[in-house]
Amino acid sequence: MEAASHTAFIVAAYAVAGAVIGGLIAWVMLDYRAQLRRLGDFEKLGLTRRSAARPAETIERTEA
Amino acid sequence: MNALSAMLARDLRVAVRVGGGALIGVLFFLVVVTLTPLALGPDLALLQRIGPAILWLAALLANLLALDRLFAADHEDGSLDLILTGRAPLELVVAVKGLAQWLTTGLPLVIATPPIGLFLNLDAKAEGTLVLTLLVGTPGLTFIGLIGAALAVTLRRGGLLVAVLVLPLTVPVLIFGVAAANAAVMGPVPFGTPFTILCALTLASLVVGPFAAAAALRQEME
Amino acid sequence: MAIADLANPSRFLNLANRVIPWLGGLTVIVFALAISRAMNAPDDYQQGATVKIMYLHVPGAWLGMLGWGLMTVAALGTLVWRHPLADVTAKAAAPIGAAFTFMCLVTGSLWGRPMWGTYWVWDARLTSVLVLFLLYLGVIALWRTVEEPSRAARAAAILTLVGALDLPIIKFSVDWWNTLHQPASVLRLGAPTIDPSILIPLLISALAFTLLFAVLLLAAMRNEILRRRVRTLRLLQASTTS
Repeated sequence: MEAASHTAFIVAAYAVAGAVIGGLIAWVMLDYRAQLRRLGDFEKLGLTRRSAARPAETIERTEA
Repeated sequence: MNALSAMLARDLRVAVRVGGGALIGVLFFLVVVTLTPLALGPDLALLQRIGPAILWLAALLANLLALDRLFAADHEDGSLDLILTGRAPLELVVAVKGLAQWLTTGLPLVIATPPIGLFLNLDAKAEGTLVLTLLVGTPGLTFIGLIGAALAVTLRRGGLLVAVLVLPLTVPVLIFGVAAANAAVMGPVPFGTPFTILCALTLASLVVGPFAAAAALRQEME
Repeated sequence: MAIADLANPSRFLNLANRVIPWLGGLTVIVFALAISRAMNAPDDYQQGATVKIMYLHVPGAWLGMLGWGLMTVAALGTLVWRHPLADVTAKAAAPIGAAFTFMCLVTGSLWGRPMWGTYWVWDARLTSVLVLFLLYLGVIALWRTVEEPSRAARAAAILTLVGALDLPIIKFSVDWWNTLHQPASVLRLGAPTIDPSILIPLLISALAFTLLFAVLLLAAMRNEILRRRVRTLRLLQASTTS
């Protein structure tokens, strides 16, 4: 069959798959960086989660 | 039992009094059917061929768009809390609300179908089967829609989002409803095959719908 | 380390941090192998070179279904055991499953154009995958609408379970509808026997994509756990400053 015209569709399919995979990887990595940066910002402010050492008074507030 | 019949009477009364939306579904149905020939052209042969499909699609949309606020309204005025703390099983209350909803929205659609079908050049036989398939199919649609209506309480918005969530789930009912309506007129399959499956789908949704909707309501009200 | 320990989000984070680089490396290796095998695989006598699109299309379909399956198991975890990690799994799996379903649809349509002469036919398989994709988008929209994570998780879990019940029925009804309307001229791929020269690269490709799915899911779950920590800290900050 006309192989040349088919090649374009095969290349397009692989390009789409590459874009989907690339997009997913980029989404996951950028999201990871963003969350780490936000957690870092809170750490600079001195706020930590309840697993870390923290005055008892704030623990009560988060449980409530 | 008493609580359930009181619930049914109350929902019917709320639907028909001022502020209730009992007949708006039929109006929506009529408007959609009027718009379709304006989009397709007034070709009576074409309309006759696709008429059952148009009426089914319009009935599907009218049914689902009508019930997105079913539980949200009860949530806002506090009656949902009463229902949840009441002694009647929640699944049954949900089923009764579904029944009331169908009586005020689905059944009027079925009754309005023959005159509206005349606009689409349907003959007596097509009208008859169409009414029969809608009579069997619309309760299924209403009870699938109950799930979306229950989720709308959490979502705090109904309308388009609930329709987007629920419409893909109604694909089987639509396929077999339209197939049965067409089968009697055009073939190629006998009417009984799709019609029996349509009955089975409706019966299944009569069971699954109330349970899923009740589960959704319980989860949300915690 | 017992399985139950994974239930603790902090433990899960530690494990994810250790596993993701190794699993990612393995994924890259298997992908390299899959690409080289796919390149060297012979053409199909009927489909010609377009059979190479199948190395993307079939894994896409498989992962689209696997994604909903995982979400169903996670939904049970959410509703029955009230497990926060189940919520996180369900939320992380939705966009990934949707992306692979999308890949399946687009590659299928690019295969259909040379083989069927049109980008889209209402073939039973294509149509059911399209409905699956719509259900994915609905679940993602639901996750994005409800702000409070555990409420969103329970609503999404119910929708996921109803979808899991309905999907086989949708598949059945679309198949039935399709045989009713299918024009006889359309070529069908339904050959049950696939030659090993094509089957083995296909299986390797499916393995590579499955590994990729696992890595992406772990990473997305890690992100989601961190996102919830950020949210907790925000609420804490708001409550202490006010």
